[in-house]
Order: sequence, then structure tokens, then C-alpha cells
Amino acid sequence: MKTIEEIFEILKAKFGDSILELKTDQPVEPFIIADPLEIDKICFFLRDEEGLLFDSLMNLSGVDDANGESKNDESGALNIIGGTLSVYYHIESTKILHKLCLKVSTQRENPEVASVFNVWRHADWQEREAYDLIGIKFLNHPDLRRILMPYDWEAGHPLRKDYKNPEFYQGMKVPY
Amino acid sequence: MPVEIEENIKTKSGNLRTEEMILNMGPQHPSTHGVLRLELQLEGEVITKVIPHIGYLHRCFEKHAEAMTYPQVIPYTDRIDYLASMGNEFGYAVAVEKLLGIEIPERVEYIRVIMAELQRIASHLVALGTYGADIGAFTPFLFCFRDREKILNLFEITCGARLLYNYIWVGGLSHDLHPDFVRLAKEFTSYFKPKIKELNDLLSYNRIFTERTANVGILPVETAINFGVTGPMLRGSGLKWDLRKNDPYSVYNKFDFDIPVGQGLMGTVGDSWDRYFVRVLEMSESLKIIEQALEQLPEGDVTSAIPKRVKPPVGQVYARIENPRGELGYFIISNGTPNPFRVKVRGPSFVNLGVMDELCRGHMVADIITILGSVDIVLGEVDR
Repeated sequence: MKTIEEIFEILKAKFGDSILELKTDQPVEPFIIADPLEIDKICFFLRDEEGLLFDSLMNLSGVDDANGESKNDESGALNIIGGTLSVYYHIESTKILHKLCLKVSTQRENPEVASVFNVWRHADWQEREAYDLIGIKFLNHPDLRRILMPYDWEAGHPLRKDYKNPEFYQGMKVPY
Repeated sequence: MPVEIEENIKTKSGNLRTEEMILNMGPQHPSTHGVLRLELQLEGEVITKVIPHIGYLHRCFEKHAEAMTYPQVIPYTDRIDYLASMGNEFGYAVAVEKLLGIEIPERVEYIRVIMAELQRIASHLVALGTYGADIGAFTPFLFCFRDREKILNLFEITCGARLLYNYIWVGGLSHDLHPDFVRLAKEFTSYFKPKIKELNDLLSYNRIFTERTANVGILPVETAINFGVTGPMLRGSGLKWDLRKNDPYSVYNKFDFDIPVGQGLMGTVGDSWDRYFVRVLEMSESLKIIEQALEQLPEGDVTSAIPKRVKPPVGQVYARIENPRGELGYFIISNGTPNPFRVKVRGPSFVNLGVMDELCRGHMVADIITILGSVDIVLGEVDR
């Protein structure tokens, strides 16, 4: 069983600049911030390395940080320019019984994160959900389609903070 | 058992040309327990791939939650897994309390545990009863619903509602137990104990039932962990993993109970029958917990710790509980306002359904119903 500080040191020694920061100043849950394009390699290491063995992904959540520049257009609707979108990985080991939270942040304009599909197959649907609702693109995901919204939904990603409901969907009025 | 696919079918007049067929099962199909569409790719009658299409019940709970204050979210959580509403509220309350860092009176914790375990029995009764009905045994379905009715009556005298309770609040409960509750709950436990044997005689060891379910949809434990499968499905595969013991929350460490796991009594470890039988055994473990909790139930005020204004500090928390279907997790980010910045639900049904393709490949079409029933999904939670 390892503490988050020890895991951070191990990762820092192995991956260097791809591991950005250990954040412990917030209440309840410390987490490690990593590079979004290297996260798959980091996760492979975390899963397979002796003494870490994070064999289970508990949860993967996409988050719209809404930390860009907020503007209201003529109709009063909110628009956010710049800033980041984030993905949080909560992983655990069913053998060693320790847990870890990882975070990656990516640019809102071109949100690209490496997929961890091949590390934990659980990530398959969770990444599809994050793509569907937040609009994060997971590189190398073999089947990145919408999952909860209709496949032909054209109005964007609902969990973004500046999401606007469309007036019509396939000729039907929204909201009906 | 998975079947081999015959490449060429020989007849008297030469080889028969075979081609892949696509069959849509659902969205309206009685064995999917809701609106779920399974796209089946078939080679004759053998399944080569299953693609679940979900989202027919999508309400975007998470978007709603962002527009509400923390206590206002609770009635919405009821509707995630509508067969286990007490568990959903429980998980949400645990998450927000962790974020707030508040202590909960002991009586509240005990009542929460009693409610969650009663809910587990009620939920498993639906799962087992409808599983029998899916396979063609209709009588156990009626027996299970008869017993579930008694649990719903207990919930009704507690909070007035039978399905969606709004009973477990952040920091406490909406109100105390009915004066008769303890007596009625004890009556229920002594009534229900022999009924588990009745269910076993009627369904579990029934020859037709075991023939249909044993050795069907075998889930090896490594696959289960890799796919994030939890709850009775993971335990059916033989891993002793229960958050009530492995990551204890509330007062579960004060009770004495076992974690049943699949042993392959009728076939292979991790088959549909094992998953079914783990649920049966879990019901008697839940009864044990309820009996102990009713005995030890402390006195006290259940509303004293409810905060007047819920405004957690900036931070994030991932809290999880063992719901009847598996690990129910809430990931909540607070930005210091009365509204949550982000609420993400990790619903066990959503995750468990993801392993469908692995389970079904190589089986016959008729086995899909057996396998889907043993996964025990609630579409309200799959789609949220």
C-alpha cells in the first residue's frame, strides 16, 4: 500500500516532465496532474508495475472547467472562449487496496486526450460518455461515438457550461 | 457453453452459402426490462457480436444537478436506479458529507443501514423474480413480488413513499422512524427467513432453471475487473469484493456478515447461475445486518446535524457505496457555491452492461435473455 506522495515520486522518476504536479492543498482528495497525451503510457505503467498494480478503473469523469473568458452574446447566451476541459481518473488496486486520482487538462478549442481503452476496457463506455457529454476527443479510441445522446445530435455537448438547447431536432421542436 | 461456428454447411446439392445476419432486439422487448436495443450480429443462430444501444431514457441528471442546490439534488438521485432509491440517496449523502466534513449522529447511520439493506432485499427480489419470469418460470415472480410488497409497506410507513423516497438527507434523515417500525421490521425478518428456502426450492435448484443458466455467460474474474464490473456480478465470478467490507462506509464495520461468492455449484465459476445465486445468498446476509442493527439501534435526534445551508469548500470528492447492483460512485466538484459545479455518477448498471459483448459471444440467441437477466440492469441508471 503506497501513499500518493510515494506514487508521485515513482512516476516523477519514470516519466519526468509528463507528470506535472501533485495537488494536496484542496480538502478531501489529493490528485496528480499529468500530461493528456502521455496518460495512456502512465496508466499502463501504473497497472503493470510491481507494487502499484492498479488493475481497476473505478470512474472516469470529464469536466468542463469553465475557466476561460466568459462572454454574453446579443441574445444573452453565455459563450466561453479559451480555458480547459479536464478528465479525472479514479483508479484502485483490488490486490494492494490503494487508490489514486489522476487529472489531465486539455485545451477547450482542441480537446485531445490519449485513450486508456487498452489499459482498462471499462474506459470504453466512460470515454464515449465523456466525448458525448463534454466533447473531449480520446485519441486511439476504436469506437468513439455518442452513447447517451442520439447519434445525429448536432447541437454540441450538453454538459459544457455554455451549452444551448437547439430550437429543432430533426424537425421536432425542442423543448417540446 | 459457447458453440463453434460452422463455416460451410454441406447439403446434398453442395455447399450452402451462409452470411452474417443483423438482428435488432429491442428497444421494446420484455426481457430488456426497459428501453434497451441490442444489435446482434449472428452467424446462423450463434452470436458473433452484441452492440448495445442505450440512451432512450437519457435525462441528463448531471446537468439538472448543476442547476440545483446540494439538498435539492436528492429527489433526482432517487430516479437514477429506481429500484434502489435508498441506496442512491445514501451514496449522495455520504459524498456531500465527506465534502462538508461533518459528523453524523449514530442513530441516523443505523437507520440508513437498515433502509439500505431492506432496499437491497427488495431490489434483489425484483432481480430474481423477473429473472425467473424471463426464463419461463412465472410463479417465483409472483412470490418475490408478494414479499417485496412487505418491504415497500415498511418504507411507506417510514416516509410515505413506496418507490422514490427523498428520505436520506445530507446530514440526517427527513424524519424519525414510525413508532411501530422496529416491531414491524422484526416481524418482517422472521417472516422472510423461510421464504428464501422457498425460493430455493421453487427456482434455484429447479432442473429446468439450472439447465438454462449454468455454464451460460461465463465471466472470468480478470475480465470482470478489467471491465470495471462490480457487485453481485464480480462476486459471482469468485472475487470476495464488497465495499461494505473492503472500503467500509457508515457503520458497516460494526456488523457481522459474510460476503457470498460464486463457487460454480451447478457449472463453472462466474456463470449466470452463480450470479443469480449470489443474490439469493446476499439476501440472507442483509437480513443478518438488519437484525443486528434493529437490536443495537441507538436513541437520538435524526435531524440535529442537517446543515441549514449546504455550502462545501472548494474541492472534490469521489465517494462510493455498495448498491444492490454494484459500486455506486458520486464524483462531486465544489467551487464554493451552494450549487455543485459537477456531479458525475458512476452507475453500476451502466458499467456492467458494457461487458455484454464479452459474455454473449459464441452463445445462441436464446441465451441472450439468460445473460441479460443475470446482469440485472436498471435502465434508469444506465441512461441516467
